[in-house]
Amino acid sequence: MMQTLVSNIPDKPKANKLYKTLIFIAVLSIIIWAFDGLNYKGIMETASGTFSGMLDGFFNPDIEYIKDSTVDGLLNAVLETIAIAISGTFVSGILAIPFALFASQNIVGEKVSKVGKFIITMIRTFPELILALIFISVVGPGAPAGILALGIHSIGMLGKLYSESIESMDIGVKEAIESCGGNKSEVLFRAVLPQVAPEFLSYTLFRFEINMRAAATLGLVGAGGIGAPLIFAIRSRRWDRTFTIVIVLIITVTIIDFISGKIRKKLV
Amino acid sequence: MSKDSNEKIVLKKPLRFKFYFTIGVVVFLIFGSALFAGFNIIEVLSNLDQTFRLLDKLFLPPAWDYTSRIIAPLFETVQMAIVGSFLGALVAFPVSVLAADNFIENKFVNTPVRIVLNIFRTIPALVLAALFVAVFGIGSFAGILALFIFSFGLISKLTYESIEAIDYGQVEAIKSLGANKFEILRYAIVPQILPQFMSYTLYAFEVNVRAAAVLGYVGAGGIGQTYERNLAMRYFDRVGMIIIVSFFAVLIIDVISRNIRKRLV
Repeated sequence: MMQTLVSNIPDKPKANKLYKTLIFIAVLSIIIWAFDGLNYKGIMETASGTFSGMLDGFFNPDIEYIKDSTVDGLLNAVLETIAIAISGTFVSGILAIPFALFASQNIVGEKVSKVGKFIITMIRTFPELILALIFISVVGPGAPAGILALGIHSIGMLGKLYSESIESMDIGVKEAIESCGGNKSEVLFRAVLPQVAPEFLSYTLFRFEINMRAAATLGLVGAGGIGAPLIFAIRSRRWDRTFTIVIVLIITVTIIDFISGKIRKKLV
Repeated sequence: MSKDSNEKIVLKKPLRFKFYFTIGVVVFLIFGSALFAGFNIIEVLSNLDQTFRLLDKLFLPPAWDYTSRIIAPLFETVQMAIVGSFLGALVAFPVSVLAADNFIENKFVNTPVRIVLNIFRTIPALVLAALFVAVFGIGSFAGILALFIFSFGLISKLTYESIEAIDYGQVEAIKSLGANKFEILRYAIVPQILPQFMSYTLYAFEVNVRAAAVLGYVGAGGIGQTYERNLAMRYFDRVGMIIIVSFFAVLIIDVISRNIRKRLV
């Protein structure tokens, strides 16, 4: 009895196996190509010295810098980073709405929405660091350049998420208002926005979490925030200050993630 | 029911204090931030012609003949992203198994692993790269390490959440047949999460390509380094060409990767 049962198990399809092997070989060769192209020159002789210097800096935080409450101090840099993230998110939250409407199939029709979606993808692909460099040459180095960079770059993600939630909303409400003779702006303010507002807010908060991290790096190119003192500390090998900044950055981002996550859970 | 039918039922409006308070806090945060950062919309708009002048210098026309010199650093960027996400995925797999509380049912293991993962994810890749450049010197090695740590944190987090969301019936079925921990992992968990795991790895790869393109700005190899050098020497037409080439490279990689991911899950 047992014997017959076992022999009834069908063989695995062969074509499937060949297909899988081919994919496996392709992936493997891509990975080998990637490893092969990297010219590893060995670790610098100074690496171990630098590393022990870093460890030393890690355990001896720069107390003076933490206490410094002037413009050059840590507190000011952290607040500026948060301010850049909030302002940048706000700018993109507003700007993304028209982009999202333009990309939603149930608002502007299929053909136009494809154009809108493509524009949003283009914006998303453009790195925020390069945007920051462009804006620095416009408004000069400092926080406003960072805000503009985040504000434009985040349209790429927010526009996509907004338009997805507009496309999945209940169309009945829109039809009800149209049947009562409502015009386009009435449809927008009474049918579309009230339905999608909680999701919009939740996505915006999520983007704010991402922008916090981005705002911390914008300073590396001179667009304000904590990145600027951080890169100066690294370049001048002041490891105590470097790790003070990194640790404070981790704590700040974690706290903001926590608060924002709590609010997002309540919203949706 | 005995009430007079003329009596109207008047509903009291709920107190809107909390609503207005929240609005007030949000408005304060937004305006306070703009003020603190010195953001002035009028100044921005009045400088708008500067933007067009710069765009003109970058893209009208870009240095087409510079394309051949961009290809090598572009390939290096892609290679960095592949190695970073591959190594990240390799390490992420065992770690995410440790972080999943339905496989290792021990809070003293899950919690520390998750805290470490969270810390890794809060440090931006660019900051990691700048630190590694200081230790290991300028070049792609520092960039790869940064991408590796970043993708490790990202893939681990997504994977352990997937493990926790699996259909537990399969684990129980195989457990009732006397399977040990390893067999549970091999026959009940891995088959369920493998497509998602591969999808997350590809996603990390997409993010890595974007990140790798700018890592060079702090000296961590790839096309960003070429970019920074040309920007420092004010060869704006070359910078424009680099932006165009890397833009389309990222776009193409995204499309391919996203199509594979759609098939996977």
